[in-house]
Amino acid sequence: MSQPQEFEKVLGQSATTVAQFEEQKSGLRKLQHFLHSNPAAVPMIVLLALIVIFGIARGERFFSAYTLTLIMQQVAVVGILAAGQTLVVLTAGIDLSIGVLMVFAFVIMGNFVLAYEMPAMVAILAGFLIAGGGGALNGYLVSRLKLPPFIVTLGTWNIIMAICLIYSENATLREADLTAITPLLHIFGISFKVGPAVVTLGVVAMLILYVGLWYMLNYTAFGRHIYAVGDDPDAADLAGIRTNNVLLKTYTLAGLIAGLAAWVSIGRNGSISPSTVVTDFNLQAITAAVIGGISLFGGRGSILGVLFGTLIVGVMSMGLNMLGADPQWKVLLTGILIIGAVAIDQWIRKVSG
Amino acid sequence: MANPILTARGLTKRYGKVTALDNCDFDLYPGEILAVIGDNGAGKSTLIKALCGAVVPDDGEIRLDGQPVHFTNPMQARAAGIETVYQNLALSPALSIADNMFMGREIRKPGIMGSMFRMLDRKAMEKVARDKLSELGLMTIQNIGQAVETLSGGQRQGVAVARAAAFGSKVVIMDEPTAALGVKESRRVLELILDVKKRGLPIILISHNMPHVFEVADRIHIHRLGKRLCVIDPKDYTMSDAVAFMTGAKVPEHVIA
Repeated sequence: MSQPQEFEKVLGQSATTVAQFEEQKSGLRKLQHFLHSNPAAVPMIVLLALIVIFGIARGERFFSAYTLTLIMQQVAVVGILAAGQTLVVLTAGIDLSIGVLMVFAFVIMGNFVLAYEMPAMVAILAGFLIAGGGGALNGYLVSRLKLPPFIVTLGTWNIIMAICLIYSENATLREADLTAITPLLHIFGISFKVGPAVVTLGVVAMLILYVGLWYMLNYTAFGRHIYAVGDDPDAADLAGIRTNNVLLKTYTLAGLIAGLAAWVSIGRNGSISPSTVVTDFNLQAITAAVIGGISLFGGRGSILGVLFGTLIVGVMSMGLNMLGADPQWKVLLTGILIIGAVAIDQWIRKVSG
Repeated sequence: MANPILTARGLTKRYGKVTALDNCDFDLYPGEILAVIGDNGAGKSTLIKALCGAVVPDDGEIRLDGQPVHFTNPMQARAAGIETVYQNLALSPALSIADNMFMGREIRKPGIMGSMFRMLDRKAMEKVARDKLSELGLMTIQNIGQAVETLSGGQRQGVAVARAAAFGSKVVIMDEPTAALGVKESRRVLELILDVKKRGLPIILISHNMPHVFEVADRIHIHRLGKRLCVIDPKDYTMSDAVAFMTGAKVPEHVIA
């Protein structure tokens, strides 16, 4: 047995009781600790507050199941994109190309059916392949060539946007032409009634995706590895995680999720217009993720918070619309929410420091 | 003496014009604690990184149990039974103790939930983690699910040591395990090291703390200018001798291997 050094001999008499501290926790400290272990709580509280506020302001009309499910329909596409974005942001990355990947994927799906007269299943598969392939390219550049994710996806965003416009010659594919051939492309637009609520299959797809990703992130090794890589990549590497593979898979998965968003988007919009490639879907997805409490520094946040973040934007948009407010108020409030969310994230992080 | 469990012969590693390892030899015998000491820049870290797979040497041979091995990353060394406690601990701060201990070697649920749905067996992992921590007499960790960033420095060290001890089957390497710790925590870690030794695992201990080295080491490998200068028995030499050797103030008369 080791011989303690002279000055260490007193250690034998040292206290053995578990440290007890007078908990001088103020309410604020308690809140900070609560939020540290429940990152989805902030967006949930904000969402409930918004619903209550608009409910009071607009009463029955806003509070109806119809309105609330209409919001779900409106946010389904961005919600799905935000879920993909979340995976990338959790690895301390960012995917600016996720929106154009979606648009290019639905342009491919439409053209395969109309121009190349392929079966709908082949067209959908092709759309997923394009979106997943674009994601894999991002992942390859980030993980193997070690380029910063912001730069990589800024590049692929522009490249894919240009390819999409050149390839499609900016020609819109009409809904009637598509549905005359196959109903499959518009399957996510099918709605059904649950009491007064109208639910589309697109909304169902979004909810299933969120539950699936929540399961993956919390109950599978791959999910834990995504958090570990975003938290501290060097530590993850030394602990035996193939960080490169995790990054490659994450970006590819985000691309495939953009493919799903493309399919849902066709059902929601009916026609397919390549010109929507200039819409800021990527920024909307980042906004939802950030408001949902995902830390842009990686490794922190809950995917369920992103669902709330998506709904916050949708509720605000609908509520202000019903109040007859200038739509710019929504933009202004979104900006405030983004900064507020990041400020709260920084505050919560200080819990251990 | 029995055959060495881990040996290196003629290891060389250059970074540009800097020679970090110069034809360096190394031997670790079963069941011993071998301390590696040396001045800053002597090449200790490079030697250890070569042994644990974090650095690929330009030249030379490493043998584990007599068999030549060629690690190109830490995972291969781990798979071969060499576990390392890194100076920066290699823990993910936001993840729980159990998540960290099983990082990269998670246990899945038995049956279809594990094979089809890849569901982690949280309960099993938490149980093993708790057992390992208390087996090593580890401190007052209240909740195995708490994030590592909420632990004190000594507790984090304990988690990292427990992880290495739990999974190392051949060799455990510890890089400066007491550097950041208080008196009491250092004592616990030294006892942990001796506990690990008692279970038959040989340990390579890198440290600048001479009293700790002389207390627990069976042999001391003194590293100087990129190679093994000598190996001494701590019972035959004083701490000032060791410091003199490693700084070049004195040259050892004879070398024991």
